[in-house]
Amino acid sequence: MKKYRKDILSEQVRPKDDLSPEPAYEFDPLPELIKDSATGLHSSRRDFLKLCGYSFALAALSSCRSKISKAIPYVIAPNEITPGDALYYSSSYVNGSDYCSIIVKTRDGRPIKIEGNPRSSMTRGGTNARVQASVLDLYDMERFKEPISNGVPVSWDEADGEITARLKKISYDHGSIVLLTPTVYSPSTEAVITDFIEKFPGTAWVRYDAVSYSAMLEANLISFGRQVIPRFHFDKADVIVSSGADFLGTWLSPVEFTKQFSSRRDPEGSMNYLIQYEAGLSVTGCTADKRIQIRPSQEYALLLNIYREVVKLTEGRESNAPSSPADVRDIAVKLTSSPGRSLVISGSNVKDIQLLVNEINRYLGNIGTTIDFSRYMRTHEAIDSGMADLVSRMNAGDVDALIFWNVNPAYTWYDRDAFTKGLKKVGIAISLSGSPDETSSLVQYICPDNHYLESWNDAEPEKDLFSLMQPVISPLFNTRQMADTLLKWSGSAISYYDFIRSYWAVNMLPRQKEYSDPVAFFDHSLQEGVFETVDKNVRPAALLTRPVSHVFDPSLLKTGDDREALFEVVLYEPVAIGEGRQANNPWLHELPDPVTRICWDNYASISGLQAKENSLTEGDLIDIGGLTFPVHIQPGQAYGTLSIALGYGRKVCGMAGNGVGSDAWPFLTMDNGNVSYTRTLGRIGKTGSGYLFAQTQGHHSMEGRALIRETGLNEFKVNPSAGNELHEHYTRHAKSLYKEREYPHHHWGMVIDLSKCTGCGACVIACQAENNVPVVGKEEVQRVHEMHWIRIDRYYSGDDMDPEVGFQPVLCQHCENAPCENVCPVGATNHSGEGLNQMIYNRCFGTRYCNNNCPYKVRRFNWFNYTGAGTLRGNLRDKAGMTGDLRRMVLNPDVTVRSQGVIEKCSFCIQRIQAAKLKAKTEKRALYPGEIRTACSQSCPANAIIFGDLNDKESEMNRLIRSGRNYNLLEELFTKPSVNYLTRIRNRT
Amino acid sequence: MSIFQSSLRKPLIEGKKSYQEITSQILDPLVNKPIKLWYFAITLSGGAMLFGLLMMGWTIWQGIGTWGENRTVGWAFEISTFVWWIGIGHAGTFISAILLLFRQRWRNSINRSAEAMTLFAVICAALFPFIHLGRPLLTFFIFPYPNTRLLWVNFNSPLVWDVFAIATYFTISLVFWYVGLIPDIATLRDKLRKGLKKTVYNFLSFSWKGSARDWHRHEVTSIMLAAIATPLVLSVHSIVSMDFADSILPGWHTTIFPPYFVAGAIYSGFAMVLTLLIIARKLMNLEDFITVEHVESMNKILIATGSIVALAYITETFMSWYSGIEYEQYMLQNRMTGPYAWAYWIMIICNVGSAQLLWIKKLRRSLLFTFFISIVINIGMWFERFVIIVTSLHRDFLPSSWTMYKPTIVEYGLLIGTLGIFFTAFLLFIRVFPVISISEEKSILKTENALQVAKEIHHG
Repeated sequence: MKKYRKDILSEQVRPKDDLSPEPAYEFDPLPELIKDSATGLHSSRRDFLKLCGYSFALAALSSCRSKISKAIPYVIAPNEITPGDALYYSSSYVNGSDYCSIIVKTRDGRPIKIEGNPRSSMTRGGTNARVQASVLDLYDMERFKEPISNGVPVSWDEADGEITARLKKISYDHGSIVLLTPTVYSPSTEAVITDFIEKFPGTAWVRYDAVSYSAMLEANLISFGRQVIPRFHFDKADVIVSSGADFLGTWLSPVEFTKQFSSRRDPEGSMNYLIQYEAGLSVTGCTADKRIQIRPSQEYALLLNIYREVVKLTEGRESNAPSSPADVRDIAVKLTSSPGRSLVISGSNVKDIQLLVNEINRYLGNIGTTIDFSRYMRTHEAIDSGMADLVSRMNAGDVDALIFWNVNPAYTWYDRDAFTKGLKKVGIAISLSGSPDETSSLVQYICPDNHYLESWNDAEPEKDLFSLMQPVISPLFNTRQMADTLLKWSGSAISYYDFIRSYWAVNMLPRQKEYSDPVAFFDHSLQEGVFETVDKNVRPAALLTRPVSHVFDPSLLKTGDDREALFEVVLYEPVAIGEGRQANNPWLHELPDPVTRICWDNYASISGLQAKENSLTEGDLIDIGGLTFPVHIQPGQAYGTLSIALGYGRKVCGMAGNGVGSDAWPFLTMDNGNVSYTRTLGRIGKTGSGYLFAQTQGHHSMEGRALIRETGLNEFKVNPSAGNELHEHYTRHAKSLYKEREYPHHHWGMVIDLSKCTGCGACVIACQAENNVPVVGKEEVQRVHEMHWIRIDRYYSGDDMDPEVGFQPVLCQHCENAPCENVCPVGATNHSGEGLNQMIYNRCFGTRYCNNNCPYKVRRFNWFNYTGAGTLRGNLRDKAGMTGDLRRMVLNPDVTVRSQGVIEKCSFCIQRIQAAKLKAKTEKRALYPGEIRTACSQSCPANAIIFGDLNDKESEMNRLIRSGRNYNLLEELFTKPSVNYLTRIRNRT
Repeated sequence: MSIFQSSLRKPLIEGKKSYQEITSQILDPLVNKPIKLWYFAITLSGGAMLFGLLMMGWTIWQGIGTWGENRTVGWAFEISTFVWWIGIGHAGTFISAILLLFRQRWRNSINRSAEAMTLFAVICAALFPFIHLGRPLLTFFIFPYPNTRLLWVNFNSPLVWDVFAIATYFTISLVFWYVGLIPDIATLRDKLRKGLKKTVYNFLSFSWKGSARDWHRHEVTSIMLAAIATPLVLSVHSIVSMDFADSILPGWHTTIFPPYFVAGAIYSGFAMVLTLLIIARKLMNLEDFITVEHVESMNKILIATGSIVALAYITETFMSWYSGIEYEQYMLQNRMTGPYAWAYWIMIICNVGSAQLLWIKKLRRSLLFTFFISIVINIGMWFERFVIIVTSLHRDFLPSSWTMYKPTIVEYGLLIGTLGIFFTAFLLFIRVFPVISISEEKSILKTENALQVAKEIHHG
């Protein structure tokens, strides 16, 4: 009698008194049809033949493989890496003035995802789209790969030798060396630069920020005797007046500010009030409780009026002011009625306006409360006049050597021609930037920097708040960190890593008492990611305040109330692309602008009224000041203004970013020592039409449908279900013929607070990174083929010229009665026992019926072979270079890369759910509440998205779901979504 | 033969023919070399077919992205054309099965070509479910075949039933058509001299002897197949309509869809039969067999089905208002006044207006007018499917997802390509098999006249 595979199966019979733990599930390779024979009791000739047939079939099938790829194991495996396990490292995201404390997720030695570090008191676990997308920059094939001397790759030794010889000679001849960097807020790097300057006397260090806050710094020096930007406390302000400062999108430190601001958007707590005066509709303007359109030229008059009213109300003194562009009496009353608990800010780079803002805040008693000079920001310290001086010195032939790092003045400087002309007169120009840009293409030497994920560093984004950066991967190319390069050139023998450690041992160790061993202290700080030294016993130095009395200066009102003839161009930093540093990042290019929903482009936004007057339609091309831009008609755009995003039109950055959009930097001017981001220009001329935007949302009204439900704060206080009456109606009438589904273990759900969501798009990029969502490129977005699993719907309501704006993140709603599930002919989408609507890519053959039947339209179809995962060859559509060997390193190995022809959609990050469940199981415990966070919910700087178990009735999420604000999208369809929304509460008081 | 002539009703076959004349006249085009026009026609339709096949290959290789479909409009041209072809096929079964059971003898001269049309239309239609798949090479997933992974199809999905319905329909139609052909193939075989052709036809005729037993079995089989095929006329398009009715989309989620679709299918099917036969009778000298009487009878069916379709449109409009659901109401408003209003009004004019003109006797007996109207109806019926599919999808529940749909050259190519396949197949068919059923024609020649004789004797 034959027995087959007895070794595996005989173990299944266990004595009853065996109390050892259940054996884990064992994979049984034999199909059902030979099971009987395998128990070893009986086997016949037929069984033998069955097995033979099975083996032959298996042998035949296994020979059908089209391609064999070989995986080569480690010869010596690294101790800390377990294949399949993710490792997390604290680090810091530093890119120019952008800072975020982060945790980097690595898999098998490669970083694949950035998450916020909740230990930082500054960013508090929040991120934004740029931080999320920065991991993709690491895998950019077009970064500099080795040192380059006059266009020829050389070795580091050669480059170092040539450059140090030149620098020494210049130094010996008392020539001038200039180091040009953005604001450097790494204490160790500063020390390295100081060493460098000591080694090469006569070296000047110029700091230059393309998006400058120098007027604010100068104004603070005058008003408060400190040339710093204070820390703002939006969480402590009851009333916020912002004049053109998009502090939730781009201004200064948006992640930090969004965290602070959103903590005060809870209608059950004390909700703040935000009024925004601006020309173009910004993210902050959309979130504001009240938004008033003003032109930049009216800002001075507006603030003078606020100043006058505030002075009148606080001191009873009258002062002079021109006629106001908006009635500010109400807001002045609001401001003065909460002394020390308000905040007035301005996004302007005009010194007089910032002085005025300082005065208003001083009268309101905000200095020391919502404006904190004891803990100032260090991320923006550059003064524009420094750069202007440098350019004139260059043109005078006064600069012998110029070393750049991470700045791109040939693209961002207002007078780029003067800069490039001056650069030709510089004896030796060296770039230390890591990736190609317009400036690096003009220099003799390129000594490329590492990506930040390959680097050691520290940072001090706010005074006494330190943050460490550590490499999570060896440098991919033959690059060297900028600080290492400077150390080398100054003849130092130690590496920058050792430098940091000794710097911390000397300077940081004494600031704390917990650790006495510098190694233990450093390791601890590294693990935490941040190190804060707030000695509560030391009171900050008294602030010197010099009241600057304001007298109406008509010369500052550049243009009067002249409604025709002139256009004021407002240049702004777009939420995704910023000043263009990450312009070769396809994820950021494909992130639709939160307001216009246009991606892969910039444009001139114009008000509807003015477009009509100039007979312009969407997509017309206009000539303004010698530059051509497509026109986008923007509801809420101030009459007489054009808003244009900076950061586009890069010429040298890589295949994804070259030539995307148009360059708006030439509009910049120098005004009174500061770069001006507004400009008054003459008439516009139409030069063409029919420009097609890649816009992901084509209809902007809710058509009277109750999609975003909203109400005022006063109404809410009377009735918590205000604005949400339909929910009760629909719930009462909801009847089903079928038995309700039961979820005995978990039932995953989500709640999205529409009062908190600012539409910033961090969740979209986080989801893209986590779930390997493909990039499709501009043409495909134009054809409505975008792939994002989560999108943020933006609706305008009310007046076309002055709309109210609502944001609504929409992802798969994981309906209990999912319309997609019953129509799939092959059952490729179905319902899990934990309430998830699952998508089985292997089974999907692409009828698209599910998507047609999805009322939320959250399913995405792979129209082409975007990823290279298909079976057919030669049909790859990868406009953005996302399938290159290096770019693919960013893929999350826990998530299948979908092939051509299958539907995909949000999975509630099922890989995270499974990983957490597995961890809990191996640790023999239940899941902790809030242990699982989806990528979108984790990245959200506003805490607007909460994910959790609907069965856990005690959770914060369920408390919110039980509140009167809770509703489901399209609940009248009785799809019973697992995603809940909370009504948007506007503070209309 | 007898030369009796009815005073009340015109004979179904004109020209006072003998049996032999019928045989030779119908077989003439098969025996002789084709005329120049035939070569011209097959070049044209063959070219269209090749273009379509090229576009089909391009779609399979490159992906559905080559079409104008998008995030919001997941079906458009291809499913419109699919439903349209399925509908066209319906006339064949209706004529051959239902009219046979109702003993409508006039059907005998048109049933062969109508059935052939059914087969070719179903082939054209069946291509679309295949090529519209994202991964067409995995089409076999749709069949509930036993497998070791215990994967099964989802019987809740109308798409599964679509496959069953169409497969059944095609099989029954093919068998029915072939059974009817057997005596005619034998006739053809007998006309031929010895040679390969004769051997092949003999094989295809199953060595038909023409014995009484042969005829008896043939008749019984025909009647039984007709009885089986009859419910298919109703079921196939009902199931196709459920692809839409099963969903929750306004404009699709409609309980009147099954009868409405069946009526529409017969409507467009008869229109297509008319288009083909009006040309064929002229080109192949079959005016005596396919007479104005036939055209008029078919036009009467057009009036009936066209009116049902019009009633369905009215019901749809009424219901969307009466439902009180804002999405339903908006859907209809968008159809009538939205960006695709032109398609809606083309549909209304072509489908509602045209059939009502046929109440006028002069018009329904006019071959030229009938030919014109039959084409108009088929254009209208194509637009009906386009309107149902595209205008419902492109503006559904969430306005944020609203978008427009614009077909690409590939989609036009597929529509043209299936027309090419259809006409190529038809042109080859008329060269290979008799386009009119000889045996059935002969059966009415005698019956018609004999009945008349009997009547006259009785009254006389």
